[in-house]
Amino acid sequence: MCGAIQGGPSLEGVDVANQAVIQGIVTRDGEPVGNAYVRLLDRTGEFTAEVPTSATGQFRFFAAPGEWTLRTLAPRSASVDRPVVAALGSVADIAVTV
Amino acid sequence: MSRETALVTADWVEQNLDNDKVVLIEVDEDASAYDKGHIPGAVKLDWKKDLQDGVRHDFIGKDKLEKLLSDKGIANDDTVVFYGGNNNWFAAYAFWYLKYYGHTDVRLLDGGRKKWELDSRQLTADATDRPATTYSASEPNDAIRAYRDEVIEAIGSKNLIDVRSPDEFAGRLLAPAHLPQEAAQIAGHIPTAGNVPWSKAANDDGTFRSDDELKALYADAGLDEGKDTIAYCRIGERSSHTWFVLSEILGYPNVKNYDGSWSEYGSLRGVPVALGDERGEA
Repeated sequence: MCGAIQGGPSLEGVDVANQAVIQGIVTRDGEPVGNAYVRLLDRTGEFTAEVPTSATGQFRFFAAPGEWTLRTLAPRSASVDRPVVAALGSVADIAVTV
Repeated sequence: MSRETALVTADWVEQNLDNDKVVLIEVDEDASAYDKGHIPGAVKLDWKKDLQDGVRHDFIGKDKLEKLLSDKGIANDDTVVFYGGNNNWFAAYAFWYLKYYGHTDVRLLDGGRKKWELDSRQLTADATDRPATTYSASEPNDAIRAYRDEVIEAIGSKNLIDVRSPDEFAGRLLAPAHLPQEAAQIAGHIPTAGNVPWSKAANDDGTFRSDDELKALYADAGLDEGKDTIAYCRIGERSSHTWFVLSEILGYPNVKNYDGSWSEYGSLRGVPVALGDERGEA
């Protein structure tokens, strides 16, 4: 994972039918958190990727089908883990509250 | 080399923001991060545009480095503190690169940009202006850089550490799926290499794990302290992170970074390659 793109890689020009997308938004008190970091951990807990959230609190990963954990780090809060299942041709939308 | 001479904390950086002889340099692959906000007084280096030759498949040589650092206002006796995104991958690469050309006092900000942001410390979009210097680089230090022939000879004799993800190591992935650039012709790893993903050396906030944890990590992976070590990844930046751990934090002797890494090795004709999760035979 090189070049962590703010908010995650763009969907532009991507054939989503061939991707297992995990995306979402990080909020605090209903407001987007634009300076959080979201890590994608595999089923063994091993680091796979990490992106900073966009100004609008959003993030996106192109994962592989399977079980993953999203770990969100944000200023002034403890890290938040959310389990997520990714499947080919679908977009898993996750709302993370910190 | 030790943790004390190689790393600085965010607190230390804050205490030295007004020290002209301490130069902060942000190094990112995504150079827009700096433009949006950086540590006050920090200079920007673009991993690709500034540090890669652009014609030859190599980083810039001594003459271009001297011009670059002179233009950026960095002097030979400055304390250079690198930090960046991606858990300091490219900052570690720049650290290794500056050591290669003999800069005396180079440090890494523990945790890099992420730790700084998570601590809600100050960032600014203000431009940094440092008066130009006349920087003089040393001759390259090949004691910390491995080339392909040496890597082939190291199979079965030296410690080879592949720091990529397990899927890249096994050959199930050439590179992350959305990043097709800089990929090798074939997938797999160098036979006899142990797989210790770079991320195991860092905490979630990007800071390095303790000396004891780091020693145990590499010992468990079979690293023999009595042998020379070569670290590699895909394009040499994640392996700079591990080179930094082994050479600069733990102080192991004779550790080299193979910056050609898998993008080079996996494109060579006729060299041994192993597939799967096992190390493979020499």
